[in-house]
Amino acid sequence: MKLALGPLQYYWPRQQVLDFYEAIAATPVDIVYLGETVCARRHELRVQDWADIAKKLAAAGKQAILGTQTLIESESDLKTLRRVIDEKDFLIEANDMGAVRLLSAEKRPFVAGPFLNIFNAATLGMMARLGAVRWVMPLEMSAAVLADLQAARPSGLETEVFAYGRMPLAFSARCFTARHFNLQKDDCQFKCLEFPDGLLIKTREGEEFLTLNGIQTQSSKVYNLIGEVDAMCDLGVDILRISPQSQHTLALLDVFRRHIDGTLDAEAARSEMVDLGLAEPCNGFWHGKAGLEQIAA
Amino acid sequence: MLSNKPFELVCPAGALPALKAAVDNGADCVYTGLKDNTNARNFTGLNFDDAQLREGIRYAHDRRVKVLLALNTYPQTATWSRWTAAVDKAADFGVDAIILADPGLMEYAKTKHPQLRLHLSVQGSATSYEAINFYYEQFGIQRAVLPRVLAMPQVEHVVKNTPVEIEVFGFGGLCVMVEGRCALSAYVTGDSPNTVGVCSPGKAVRYEQTPEGMETRLNGVLIDRFAEGEKTGYPTLCKGRFEVNDETYYAIEEPTSLNTLELLPHLMQIGVKAIKIEGRQRSPAYVAQVTKVWRAAIDLALKNRQGYTVREAWMAELNKVSEGSMHTLGAYYRPWK
Repeated sequence: MKLALGPLQYYWPRQQVLDFYEAIAATPVDIVYLGETVCARRHELRVQDWADIAKKLAAAGKQAILGTQTLIESESDLKTLRRVIDEKDFLIEANDMGAVRLLSAEKRPFVAGPFLNIFNAATLGMMARLGAVRWVMPLEMSAAVLADLQAARPSGLETEVFAYGRMPLAFSARCFTARHFNLQKDDCQFKCLEFPDGLLIKTREGEEFLTLNGIQTQSSKVYNLIGEVDAMCDLGVDILRISPQSQHTLALLDVFRRHIDGTLDAEAARSEMVDLGLAEPCNGFWHGKAGLEQIAA
Repeated sequence: MLSNKPFELVCPAGALPALKAAVDNGADCVYTGLKDNTNARNFTGLNFDDAQLREGIRYAHDRRVKVLLALNTYPQTATWSRWTAAVDKAADFGVDAIILADPGLMEYAKTKHPQLRLHLSVQGSATSYEAINFYYEQFGIQRAVLPRVLAMPQVEHVVKNTPVEIEVFGFGGLCVMVEGRCALSAYVTGDSPNTVGVCSPGKAVRYEQTPEGMETRLNGVLIDRFAEGEKTGYPTLCKGRFEVNDETYYAIEEPTSLNTLELLPHLMQIGVKAIKIEGRQRSPAYVAQVTKVWRAAIDLALKNRQGYTVREAWMAELNKVSEGSMHTLGAYYRPWK
């Protein structure tokens, strides 16, 4: 089973991003997803910068993949999308059907990202015919539904599961971080830079609820499938995705790696992870329940 | 097949009485759903069984009104045949178009019923012409419903770059998130718009009077608290008041409704083909009221686009039935973003 680092969902200063991926090059991760997939206004790194990082990671033996923006609104967004797809040395993760259209027209292989809503065998088969060589399960999908899809999976198509991190649950035209500061999105003053792991929403009784990350809304809890790795193995899952956070990402990758390799059992892995997460864990989606629930192993 | 009008008013028909109310008050099309999770308004007491659907189609077609059937949730492998049977039924009963989100199901419909007109649901999350043209090339969709995320110039840009007819939301409940890309309800309640066809479902709702005020909860999570004298709202989870950095406010969206009456001539001018009224879960009286106002507005704008103004009486009628009695232009008005 391979280990992937998902795209950076937050907005960090340029040097922090460069340092982060330099450190990642030395980790036991197999695949690294790169690029700005959340907000077009974020510009600490441009497409060329991401491609440069991809080259370095590829030289370090990683499979580097460039992801496309998830919510496309303007012609300028489409221009960026085409610019990403023009990076022909790298596999592209398509995060909307516009990207699928452009990639399949060029007969390019691609990764069908987690927001394409692939829920059944017919859609999965179609994506494979259009050129998908890998698909990422929707975050809200359960193990039972995945099992049916794995049974019908076209040969040669890899399956990846989002296995660790705050979950990207929703996208909007509105920027909620800017809204918090009574700013409009067009004049957001790049407030996201102040929140390296997003901006927490609590209920009126102080319970942590969601996380604002610009136009994206995330869970406050951290999805953690460390206890389900054996089950995923049995289902033929090929790749686990870990989502970057500002602290402890390397340690988290290391725990997953050792657990996958069989040198660290699930219980020990769980206890090593206690102080590494941004919040308490949840795994409800995997078990077909409300996402915020934590089902005991 | 009824012919297309230059600009269509597409009205919600949660059940037969609402369908008749929409038809009687000037809808060009009504959209409906079956009594299961094949559509995104899978609510108890709503939607059509076979006899009701046949009767609804007869009633509408007799009055030259089209019937659209929403099959706009994402089918899963184990229950796939429920969705394909629904597509077959739509073709058999003679609905004028089906509204789909799932590519696999579109492929089925296109192969099995090539004569059946396909609309891309808002749940398909297609926000650019590249995405819409994907569905056009793959399945020959003839219309796409835009998610409520684009500003007016962006809508115009989409229209100019696709052969597909564009339908936009004009009035009713406002999703602040991109439809089809929101798992908030699934996260809190386990029930998802994408697969179950519901958001913030009633069965997860609890109202509780406490010393702090009336509390509304969704699967135990406090969505809002209302002081004495404040009107208690339904706990739609993105429209509650929450704390961010010790400030309590509507952190995601106010309990407000979309109303684009003032944009109507502009929407026509940029080539939008149809306007959709949200609200299959609303009463026949609501549907009648809203349909009547929009019919009058569209007729006026078709006759005299330059001289069109929003009548005060229209706004007064619509305000009576709006959620929270507040209106917004949503993303069409760029500063909303």
